[in-house]
Amino acid sequence: MKAILTTIGKDQVGIIAGVSQFLAEKKINILDVSQTIMDGYFTMMMMVEIKDEKTDFAVLSDELNVLGSKLGVEIKIRREEIYHAMHQL
Amino acid sequence: METEKIIETIHMISDENLDVRTITMGISLLDCIDSDSTKACERIYNKIMTKAKNLVKVGEQIEAEYGIPIINKRISVTPIAIIAAASSDQNYLKYAQTLDRAAKELGVNFIGGFSALVQKGYQTGDLKLIKSLPQVLDETDLVCASVNVGSTRSGINMDAVAEMGKVIKDASSRSFMTNTKMVVFCNAVEDNPFMAGAFHGVGEQDTVINVGVSGPGVVKHALEKVKGKSMDVVAETIKQTSFKVTRMGQLVGTIAAERLGVPFGIVDLSLAPTPAVGDSVAQILEEIGLESVGTHGTTAALALLNDAVKKGGIMACSHVGGLSGAFIPVSEDAGMIAAVNAGTLNIEKLEAMTAVCSVGLDMIAIPGDTPAETISAMIADEAAIGMINNKTTAVRILPIQNKKVGEMVEFGGLLGYAPVMGVNSASSAKMIARGGLIPAPIHSFKN
Repeated sequence: MKAILTTIGKDQVGIIAGVSQFLAEKKINILDVSQTIMDGYFTMMMMVEIKDEKTDFAVLSDELNVLGSKLGVEIKIRREEIYHAMHQL
Repeated sequence: METEKIIETIHMISDENLDVRTITMGISLLDCIDSDSTKACERIYNKIMTKAKNLVKVGEQIEAEYGIPIINKRISVTPIAIIAAASSDQNYLKYAQTLDRAAKELGVNFIGGFSALVQKGYQTGDLKLIKSLPQVLDETDLVCASVNVGSTRSGINMDAVAEMGKVIKDASSRSFMTNTKMVVFCNAVEDNPFMAGAFHGVGEQDTVINVGVSGPGVVKHALEKVKGKSMDVVAETIKQTSFKVTRMGQLVGTIAAERLGVPFGIVDLSLAPTPAVGDSVAQILEEIGLESVGTHGTTAALALLNDAVKKGGIMACSHVGGLSGAFIPVSEDAGMIAAVNAGTLNIEKLEAMTAVCSVGLDMIAIPGDTPAETISAMIADEAAIGMINNKTTAVRILPIQNKKVGEMVEFGGLLGYAPVMGVNSASSAKMIARGGLIPAPIHSFKN
């Protein structure tokens, strides 16, 4: 399944590296990345693909929360359909 | 996807309290009827436990995968007055306890349908159910009750209206929380996912998933960007926001129905506030330009809001249903509470507001010594507004023992807190004592 991973927070060294390393360990493939500074905040969007259908999203979200607090950013993962549903017909 | 759109969605959920208020599974109990109430209750328990087995689990899965909070998972069932009528029991507490037990074991937040539809008169089970209400509301925790006393097609059953005044008084003397779980309706709908008034109508499919969305905070935030613009812009902004909010409900409902293996029914487009800061319908009206909700102009602003929410939501989902309108409960809305405390909002204005929005006099605390006939008369007034205007109206009014006007009552959680409001002290007793039926209104000559 495809999901969108968003990372928002104060820019600092090692955010992309930290997130990418975590995803590599979980065997989650990055399909697309965009990164910008919005209103002074580091904002990164990643389209990722989770191959393992048994992945427990609740656990994954918790782990990303832990990683986020370590990196000083907020990391959220949501299945992509929610964004399409809201903004596209 | 554009970054800005992704960020917008994230802000709506994280900062503006966007959520799915409820996934409600409607379950028909018509195939559980038995003249032996013990057998009937066993069938009811088994059917609910089977059909709703995965309801909470699926709700939690969707929350985790899509990152959208689903505040409540609920069940609604066929009105129990119909199911219990075949038994010779004189009190239907046993049926309510069965519903309560199933709800607790499944981990759902509420179960609705301890209900009777008496708009034109009583059938065998109706009066027995109504007489059981005070005890049921007091001795169960998750069971929600409703009684439909009127409709545009049949008029208003004033005998039932009189009876419900007494029921509300009796229930309030047992505990101040009892009446938070009961609604008196006119023109009740059969696919409502919201409590306390949800029940599963007899015209519905056997099992169905209905969804109620929310999002007053999102609408308020959108309106903050169009300060001073014309009402056309206000309406358009609300429509666009409502569309997005409803799309979320449609997605969640579709996925939930698919995973639970039951048909998807409707999305209820109601704007449901919570006592949380920034999740208030009153504050939307104030954002439109009122110093405080309840002042002159409130009814007009509310009419626009209610209509624009429907116009925006209706294209965003496959089937619209339920109550679908802005809710104006006092205790569940920080802006309403503030307005009552400031003296700008009273019961008379709230009644006027219910003529243009869903649903009625909702979560209003009144002094505990208010006579039963006055409560009945308030129900009659609300039912008349619903009957004449072809819309659902409801009364969920809470007499609070030993409390006087202005004192605070804390209900907790989503039910919030409320200042006790004053009611008109002149008596309505002789009118209520008449009983009988107010005839159905004429459907032409609409003025």
